[in-house]
Amino acid sequence: MEAFTTHTGRAVPLRRSNVDTDQIIPAHWLKKVTRDGFEDGLFEAWRKDPEFVLNKAEHKGGTVLVAGPDFGTGSSREHAVWALQNYGFKAVISSRFADIFRGNSLKNGLLTVVLPQETVDRLWKLVEADPTAEVTVDLVERQVRAEGITADFELDENARWRLLEGWTTSASPSGRRRRSPRTRRVARPSSPAPWRSDPRFSLYRAGLARCAAGPRTGGASAC
Amino acid sequence: MGRTLAEKVWDDHVVRRAEGEPDLLFIDLHLLHEVTSPQAFDGLRKAGRTVRRTDLTLATEDHNTPTLDIDKPIADPVSRAQLETLRKNCAEFGVRLHPLGDVEQGVVHVVGPQLGLTQPGTTVVCGDSHTSTHGAFGALAFGIGTSQVEHVLATQTLPLAPFKTMAITVEGELPESVTAKDLILAIIAKIGTGGGQGYVIEYRGPAIEKLSMEARMTVCNMSIEAGARAGMIAPDETTFAYLEGRPHAPQGADWDAAVAYWRTLRSDDDAVFDREVVIDASELAPFVTWGTNPGQGAPLSESVPDPASFEDASESYAAEKALEYMGLTAGQPLRDIKVDTVFVGSCTNGRIEDLRSAASVLSGRAVADGVRMLVVPGSVRVALQAVEEGLDKVFTAAGAEWRHAGCSMCLGMNPDQLGPGERSASTSNRNFEGRQGKGGRTHLVSPQVAAATAVLGHLASPADLSDAAVSTPVGA
Repeated sequence: MEAFTTHTGRAVPLRRSNVDTDQIIPAHWLKKVTRDGFEDGLFEAWRKDPEFVLNKAEHKGGTVLVAGPDFGTGSSREHAVWALQNYGFKAVISSRFADIFRGNSLKNGLLTVVLPQETVDRLWKLVEADPTAEVTVDLVERQVRAEGITADFELDENARWRLLEGWTTSASPSGRRRRSPRTRRVARPSSPAPWRSDPRFSLYRAGLARCAAGPRTGGASAC
Repeated sequence: MGRTLAEKVWDDHVVRRAEGEPDLLFIDLHLLHEVTSPQAFDGLRKAGRTVRRTDLTLATEDHNTPTLDIDKPIADPVSRAQLETLRKNCAEFGVRLHPLGDVEQGVVHVVGPQLGLTQPGTTVVCGDSHTSTHGAFGALAFGIGTSQVEHVLATQTLPLAPFKTMAITVEGELPESVTAKDLILAIIAKIGTGGGQGYVIEYRGPAIEKLSMEARMTVCNMSIEAGARAGMIAPDETTFAYLEGRPHAPQGADWDAAVAYWRTLRSDDDAVFDREVVIDASELAPFVTWGTNPGQGAPLSESVPDPASFEDASESYAAEKALEYMGLTAGQPLRDIKVDTVFVGSCTNGRIEDLRSAASVLSGRAVADGVRMLVVPGSVRVALQAVEEGLDKVFTAAGAEWRHAGCSMCLGMNPDQLGPGERSASTSNRNFEGRQGKGGRTHLVSPQVAAATAVLGHLASPADLSDAAVSTPVGA
């Protein structure tokens, strides 16, 4: 995964709420077994409309998508993130993202930024009035900047650190295996009991093992 | 302070907790299907890794599988290639697979529970958002992306961001005409598609306790449609009765010990939820969607809303766009909406009780002229049970098509799709634009409403059929 520090680019205003993952990448594209080649599937149905924002000449080459609330609802398909990245987007700004989509985006280096809807409205107005206006998404300062707009955003420190370092949580080869310097291990519960490998019982043994070990983090146990 | 059910299950699975980092959780069951796993297996291969716990990993084929001619090679070469990729990956990494044609094949969220693999207090993940279904057993179950699928394959653990807790208490009793599907559609309409964002929802209260396991699965299944991380219901006698005797359920003395453990899996009386929502079951009625997200729904007795009636500007605009896409006008009674297709199936409503429910309405009646009705069982086992009960005969006698198991028209990755402009009443979970086929229009409904709609040709509930039964005898 490429590190994300700061990005400046033109923005694309997508005035739609509840942009679901079926719109971002329709299901028939999910038959592909690679992580690339999804750019033509991005918003496939909407792109058939010449008036759709991605089809407008003035918004070509935009790299920051500014969308309405509840972006990325629906399916867990990571293909939605790949499609946005394959198309050239580096960041998406919305007042609210669906959880699974957000998690997927941060694991792939697509920065999803939560800003209040009124800031999103101001960004929409700005880039609709001047499509050449540049928007900076600064992860170091946790700030979005554009002409007349300076907006701080929150992102949990661990996710931010991973993005800044280009450190993926997945077991992919790009993941460098070292511990974050800013965290300290505070607890190390014993690893789960060596369960029977017989699939007929292992799931059930999991419960029993926990039961026998007693509760790990307080609270009464009736086991 | 007491803990909620979700917090108990979470705490029991933490294998590493560090300040400033997400908890690392052990995963008890990892379900796979062909669509979201190929890139994850590729990642393992590139890194030279193996599947850490093949005994806790199960794959099935469901999204791409055809529901006709399953004994012939799959016609779509891209679908066929994806299924072949799963078969190759499972063989290479030693993962148990139930492929097309296997008696245990079916929709991944139907297969896990029916095998008894989904158990109370477990963590269940799958590269599929409807993994929330398994929460019906008091499991902590959620959909994950492909990067996370790879992580679980490699380590059988997952780092997870903390969650908030929400209690949705359903007081009173559901009226006889109201199903679990109506209940969850009403809940989503109430809290919105983003209402559950960041939360694990626990459904509780007398109306939930009275639901069967399959009905509970329908409710938990659509938690994701309210934006929730997961949905859960505390295990009880209904849960234990469902699990007892299933292939992977514990037996004998093990069973007794397991039940003793499962009984501890309840939210403590003094547990505090971050948000509480109360629903009065007795006020509910058959519910249908009119728009293009699952939150855009209303009781069947109402009319298509006026977009101007929404206070929130973005909701109002969304409603306007939805009506445009759906080809509906504000004020039109929902009952007047005519459909050309009816779909009964999916991980939401493709279980035996759903088929029984639809069949009971269709029995002795006929699907209206010009309406195509597809009945797609959620698994081969469900299909076999339905045949044993003669339900397939009820469907075919009424003029419906009885198909093989799979996800089918829920998302149209196989040939079962809506054509442009076609309109369906569907027991599935998403009414997104084009979800069931390019340009297709979807109304989400319960199996009962689906069957009544098939008979009358317009959105309807069984109550609307009292006279229709006389005028549309079998074979009419």
